[in-house]
Amino acid sequence: MGRMTYAEASILALREEMRRDPRVWALGEDIGRGGIGGQYKGLQDEFGAQRICDTPISESTIMGVGVGAALAGTRPVIELRITDFALCSTDEIVNQAAKVRYMLGGQARAPLVVRQPNGMCAGFAAQHSQSTEAWWIHTPGLVVVAPSTPRDNRALLKAAIRSDDPVIYLEHKEMWGVDGEVPDAEETIELGKARVAREGRDLTIVTWSKTASFAEEAARTLAGEGIEAEVVDLRTLYPWDRDCVIASVERTGRLLVAQESVEIGGFGAEIVADVTQHAFGALKAPPARIGAPRTPVPYSQPLEEIVRVDAPKIAAAARRVAAARRG
Amino acid sequence: MTPAANLPEEVEHGLARYRTMLTIRYFEETVCAAAVAGRIRGPVHPYIGEEAIATGVCAALRRDDYVASTHRGHGHAIGKGADPAAMMLELYGRVGGLCGGKGGSMHVADFSIGMLGANGVIGDGVTMSLGAIQGSRLLGRDVVAAAFIGDGGMNRGPVLEALNWAKTFRLPVLFVCEDNRYSASTHSRSVTAGPGFTARAAGFGLPAEMVDGNDVIEVERAARTMVEQLRAGAGPMFLHALTYRIGGHLAQDAAPYRPKEELARRSPLDPLTRIETWLAHHGIETHTLEAERAAVRESIATAERAAQAADFPPAASVFADIQDIGAPQWGA
Ligand SMILES: Cc1ncc(C[n+]2csc(CCOP(=O)(O)OP(=O)(O)O)c2C)c(N)n1
Ligand SMILES: [Mg+2]
Repeated sequence: MGRMTYAEASILALREEMRRDPRVWALGEDIGRGGIGGQYKGLQDEFGAQRICDTPISESTIMGVGVGAALAGTRPVIELRITDFALCSTDEIVNQAAKVRYMLGGQARAPLVVRQPNGMCAGFAAQHSQSTEAWWIHTPGLVVVAPSTPRDNRALLKAAIRSDDPVIYLEHKEMWGVDGEVPDAEETIELGKARVAREGRDLTIVTWSKTASFAEEAARTLAGEGIEAEVVDLRTLYPWDRDCVIASVERTGRLLVAQESVEIGGFGAEIVADVTQHAFGALKAPPARIGAPRTPVPYSQPLEEIVRVDAPKIAAAARRVAAARRG
Repeated sequence: MTPAANLPEEVEHGLARYRTMLTIRYFEETVCAAAVAGRIRGPVHPYIGEEAIATGVCAALRRDDYVASTHRGHGHAIGKGADPAAMMLELYGRVGGLCGGKGGSMHVADFSIGMLGANGVIGDGVTMSLGAIQGSRLLGRDVVAAAFIGDGGMNRGPVLEALNWAKTFRLPVLFVCEDNRYSASTHSRSVTAGPGFTARAAGFGLPAEMVDGNDVIEVERAARTMVEQLRAGAGPMFLHALTYRIGGHLAQDAAPYRPKEELARRSPLDPLTRIETWLAHHGIETHTLEAERAAVRESIATAERAAQAADFPPAASVFADIQDIGAPQWGA
């Protein structure tokens, strides 16, 4: 075990995979000098400019090239800088990468990873702070992953690169410098498997990405009040680990989904609906979700704090769920 | 249908191009009639009048080279060597279709011959072809690509990005602009700025040439010269092929927006008439051409009969080939 940052963990993952498989390469803006989160630092020195490929600011073409290169038999890691700019290549993601295998009757596949750092970036305002996971989850053909720790970022990125499906890989913009334990030995995590980040008997908090750390913080606060919250970090958002979530709800009888993204039409709604449908009998209280209000993300700090789903807000929502009764 | 023995190579090639063009023409006439009659569903974009471009360009390519097509893709597929019978099955949505009946006209593809697919989104084939080449380069393969794009598509942002990108990375990609003067119902010139597409390509540093896109001999000559240079490492090039869309934008489109005089002026330039004249000039007799036409017509008619008789894909194929991880289940 060693300590490293979320960014360093992803460098380790990419280095291991590029050494292991000559078909793996990366393309995107400014990655030769390390990328905006430092998440490619040093890789061009080892692998050269062809495999760590600096591109023009041409998001449509970055993504189109990634799809074409995947169809030709390579395994590209496509860096789109932030999810907000990935919107410039939504067409190539949704109309090509996600469905090329299907439309062409299975004669080709697009084994690619689209890295598009997601979520808020303190002080960067509305065009640099969005969370887009619900849009990708909604698209048939895509796998959607959102790592919440350095260890997971290393293991999930490796699994994403090895996957034969197109994977939307949502690192969190504010987490590059967060550090944590990462095992020395190589490890991958099966896509589609959640992690119980904390056990508890009173309610289940389902969450992902950076919000997982807020949920754990909230759970520590609640423990001091005698409420034991179980925190489930989904890690993969599509396909999400229903078995894990439902098993947890069957133990606790209560569900809260905590997400950073806009609550309305968000992924939390899917989880609440699914659990209600399939584990209604286990619920002792109405399931709930907490997410951002349906506003663009404002710039000024106190305004940004209002829309950020943080630990105190999650704790407050959890108290309501813990106190609620059925019927 | 054995052509006279010992024809000069040039004439043999001319006859082969003629057969390809006839195949495209009869395929298109057949599927247009089927679309109008409602036997084939969805949009069908006929390539009638433009056959010389796909035929000439693909003749300059190797089997393992790539072609990225457009929404008007049947000609590119046939030119590259796809089986018209399998394409017919695809348009009829049947088992045995190029894409198992799940793509239809706008997605005909055959990866076994480097045909990356027709595409429902204008311009996307172009950017994907750059990736196919960049990926192939990484794998040490010396293939080139031809990326087809319409005169209307030349105004899409990704296509402009692609010109810059291809030149930056010196990719062996031949951009082929099929200028049929129309972008659906809009006369392209009325929505296109600048001195023309060759100048536009030259502005990105691509050697660019304009050819008569209705003359298959000329198209092939220009494409061969460029493809040889691509393979020698000269970087991307641009071929502006002038043509005319003889039919409508879609099978059902009578194109009432086109001036009558324009049609009258263009019709004699039909690329099939041109190659027939060329062949006659090179000593091919009328009855030989007649026999060629009859043979191709019969093979397309046979393909259509077979497609109409073929089974529809099994219902479970709706759920096949979506994704491995989290694959949706039949009935779930
Ligand atoms: C991105 C995108 N925008 C619009 C369309 C709708 N559309 C289909 S064909 C067409 C006209 C294309 O004109 P051109 O590129 O000249 O090709 P042509 O049809 O003449 O072969 C349009 C607008 C589309 N398929 N994709
Ligand atoms: Mg056109």
